[in-house]
Amino acid sequence: MIQPTIRVLIAKPGLDGHDRGAKVIARALRDAGMEVIYTGLRQTPEMIAEAALQEDVHVVGLSILSGAHMALVPRVVELLRAQGQGQVHLFVGGIIPDEDLPKLKALGVEDIFGPGASTQTIAARVRQVAEGRAQSPGP
Amino acid sequence: MSDHAELAQAVREGQRLALARLLSLIENEQPQGEAALTELYPLTGRAYIVGVTGAPGTGKSSLVNELAKTLRAKIYPGLHASRPPAVAIVAVDPTSPFSGGAILGDRIRMRDLAGDAGVFVRSMASRGSLGGLAHTTSSVADALDAAGFEVILIETVGAGQAEVDIARHAHTTLVIESPGMGDDIQAIKAGILEIADLLVVNKADLPGAENAVRVLRAALDLAGNTGGAEARWQVPILQAVATTGQGVPTLVEALLRHREYLQASGLWRERGQQRAAAALEARLRDRLAERWHAAQPDGRYREILARIVRRELSPAAAVQEMLEDEPAPEAAKRHLAARAGARR
Repeated sequence: MIQPTIRVLIAKPGLDGHDRGAKVIARALRDAGMEVIYTGLRQTPEMIAEAALQEDVHVVGLSILSGAHMALVPRVVELLRAQGQGQVHLFVGGIIPDEDLPKLKALGVEDIFGPGASTQTIAARVRQVAEGRAQSPGP
Repeated sequence: MSDHAELAQAVREGQRLALARLLSLIENEQPQGEAALTELYPLTGRAYIVGVTGAPGTGKSSLVNELAKTLRAKIYPGLHASRPPAVAIVAVDPTSPFSGGAILGDRIRMRDLAGDAGVFVRSMASRGSLGGLAHTTSSVADALDAAGFEVILIETVGAGQAEVDIARHAHTTLVIESPGMGDDIQAIKAGILEIADLLVVNKADLPGAENAVRVLRAALDLAGNTGGAEARWQVPILQAVATTGQGVPTLVEALLRHREYLQASGLWRERGQQRAAAALEARLRDRLAERWHAAQPDGRYREILARIVRRELSPAAAVQEMLEDEPAPEAAKRHLAARAGARR
């Protein structure tokens, strides 16, 4: 069977207004053949989880530059699990201090990309993770 | 119970995750999705389907957002007797012809709708279709209809002149223009204006809005304002400002008036039939082509294609030969003889 097209939600939770990074990633994933739902600035975790559900995405990418990741990411994880979407793969991009990386991974975040991560690396990693999911027997 | 029956049952019960899954299965043309939709099909035919189309940047998403908000704000007895209608939105954006990927950005304008359990927004990529919708948009609308949404708003790809598929898939087609979109010759060309049941000049707070209305009015008058094939509906030209919501309640009233008109005139049933015919036709064509490909001996298709490239066979004669397994008809033989003669 043909692999279904990978659907990704790119969201910017929290209050920082810098979405250039998010747009660059959205564009790179599009060029890698994925369907990218881009939701714009200042999304609450509730809005992100709701959009992930309605759009039935394989992957959620959160772009956070505000430093509020330890408040926002756990909330998104919790909401996704509560609505039965625990299998959705989560990525985080932005400015994340080294000491928080293991904490985010422990929450179930697949990978964290800081400044300087190449778009090819990110697209390849997203594809690898998403297709791993597609091959598994399901949740 | 089988997988698809369980899925159909969950959708019937209003489980949003099940609905989202079903929409993906339909979009990916998986057999399980088609089977579930078959179970649900008797429940379809109840929703009011509105198509929203217009050139890129005219404000389709913002207007859809405002339409949904206005519909959700009160009870419309024609749509549901005791609560505001449940509204589903299907927003289509183009797929890149090079990578096959897409950026689906219509939700950016629809953040006001977050948190409302009576609204469901789904983005779709056009996946190679050229008419302004995706191949499976109509089936996605069927699933939303079966799930109990009273109104389905379908937003097309930013449309130019030829993306008119929406008229075959919606009860009412709303065409959005904005000031400064072209002169009166643009307005009388065939295509998108012809499919309008309602015309909206959005961004009516900008200079040139009055002029846009005048040009559209003149174009409709030239056409006798026939509203497509139907003579008794006068296509209204409305003004709106989607960013503030100005003019949107009037627009919703006009939509509902058109719905009543369709029902009273019998066009509701007729358009439903057209919609069914378009879906049947498309599916039949796909399945026949698929079945034919599967039945061909290996390499025959490529061999025939090569003969066409060498100009030994015309595409019309090739199809004749492929479907009938008979020698090419007389015309093709003459064509071949003529070519052979020319070579000598």
